[in-house]
Amino acid sequence: MTPLLSVRDVTKRYGARIGCAGVSFDLYPGEVMGVVGESGSGKTTLLNCLAGQLAPDTGEVIFDTRADGPRDTLTMSEPERRMLGRTDWAFVHQHARDGLRMGVSAGGNVGERLMAVGARHYGDIRTQAVDWLGRVEIAADRVDDRPTAFSGGMQQRLQIARNLVIGPRLVFMDEPTGGLDVSVQARLLDLLRGLVRDMGLSAIVVTHDLAVVRLLAHRLMVMKDGDVVETGLTDQVLDDPQHGYTQLLVSSVLQV
Amino acid sequence: MIEIADLSKTFTLHNQGAAAIPVMQGAALSVAPGDCVALTGASGAGKSTLMRMIYGNYLAAGGAIRVGGVDVATAEPRDILALRRETLGYVSQFLRVVPRVPTLEVVMEPLLATGTGSEEARHRAEELLGRLNIPETLWTLSPTTFSGGEQQRVNIARGFAYPYPALLLDEPTASLDAANRDTVLTLIEEAKARGAAIVGIFHDADARARVCDREVDVSAFAPERVA
Repeated sequence: MTPLLSVRDVTKRYGARIGCAGVSFDLYPGEVMGVVGESGSGKTTLLNCLAGQLAPDTGEVIFDTRADGPRDTLTMSEPERRMLGRTDWAFVHQHARDGLRMGVSAGGNVGERLMAVGARHYGDIRTQAVDWLGRVEIAADRVDDRPTAFSGGMQQRLQIARNLVIGPRLVFMDEPTGGLDVSVQARLLDLLRGLVRDMGLSAIVVTHDLAVVRLLAHRLMVMKDGDVVETGLTDQVLDDPQHGYTQLLVSSVLQV
Repeated sequence: MIEIADLSKTFTLHNQGAAAIPVMQGAALSVAPGDCVALTGASGAGKSTLMRMIYGNYLAAGGAIRVGGVDVATAEPRDILALRRETLGYVSQFLRVVPRVPTLEVVMEPLLATGTGSEEARHRAEELLGRLNIPETLWTLSPTTFSGGEQQRVNIARGFAYPYPALLLDEPTASLDAANRDTVLTLIEEAKARGAAIVGIFHDADARARVCDREVDVSAFAPERVA
């Protein structure tokens, strides 16, 4: 099987500081990979490099495109990369406000993504938008409300609907449950798990919450100071960590 | 079905003076289809460690663990995931689930993951939950609020929902009453009859006598102590 995403030796420096260094991995269709590490360890830098939002200094990010097979997204033209961003990729931001249009209705937020890939029939767009709001458990009578009228948890779910409506194959998530209270987190995790299974999505989830990756991610990558210090099956890395830093991270979690 | 050769395990505690604790050396085990092997040994002898290594939950330091043609000791994560999905089941001591997911769906999940239709998966899950005496009124609730015994039975129902060719059972009859214990032992007998290779930890000697064909004392795999 061809990996959906093949990352080779991605390095990003901020002047003398290292953002992330020499990161390589393969992600296969249907796989969810978690990236954990303390703040400043390079998780988000890596995610932005992979999602084409930041240009790494060296390395290759090869994506298995629908039309032309594996292509390096770093060397493809800007329009091509933007096209990928509209069709095959989705990016769920930590703060829903960064991923939503706050001045447009909830339905408009979802529908806009459909229009960007060519949908023009208003009735169809609205039907699909309502369908997706239902999937993320937002009542249909809220479709015309703006996200400013939503709670934080609802905004995050709306952001997920907006991202998944186009049927992407790869979803980048930056702390998708950060800043949400635990009951909303559980709901969101359940939702994401179901979507991953039913749509066969691949995802890269950056978080510092080990409980989130245990439930959501198949594989885990542990970062420290820009380096990947350990990779493996999620439960293996969490239950039998090999690297000193991972052991510290796992043993530092407060028991509830 | 399960072939273990020269398996060793060391825990290195980097944050406690890099203490290296060898816990297992030269472990060997062979389980044929339809065979049930009980791991025995005192508490701390390494029964669960060996079982977790077979499941790929603990990383082996050396040796080979072949389960249905895959060497768990060296396999890539995705190969181990495929193995767990299709070949190797594991009933742990504790149930770990996503909050909010109804019991019925928890039990159906291994079937859905292997492509069974949802109608058929539901039937199988209902049948198992019924046999394990989980009241029907609880099926639509999340098992996170259930009693210890109920959670254990949900866990068993999930472990037996899909007919895995190889099964690992960590104290499946612990904290169960006589009737449920009997049901679980019957499930194990049925799994053996369809050809599953089973490795189990049973503290209950009667249960062991009823379903296990052999006992393997894991104390024999303890590394030689350096005085």
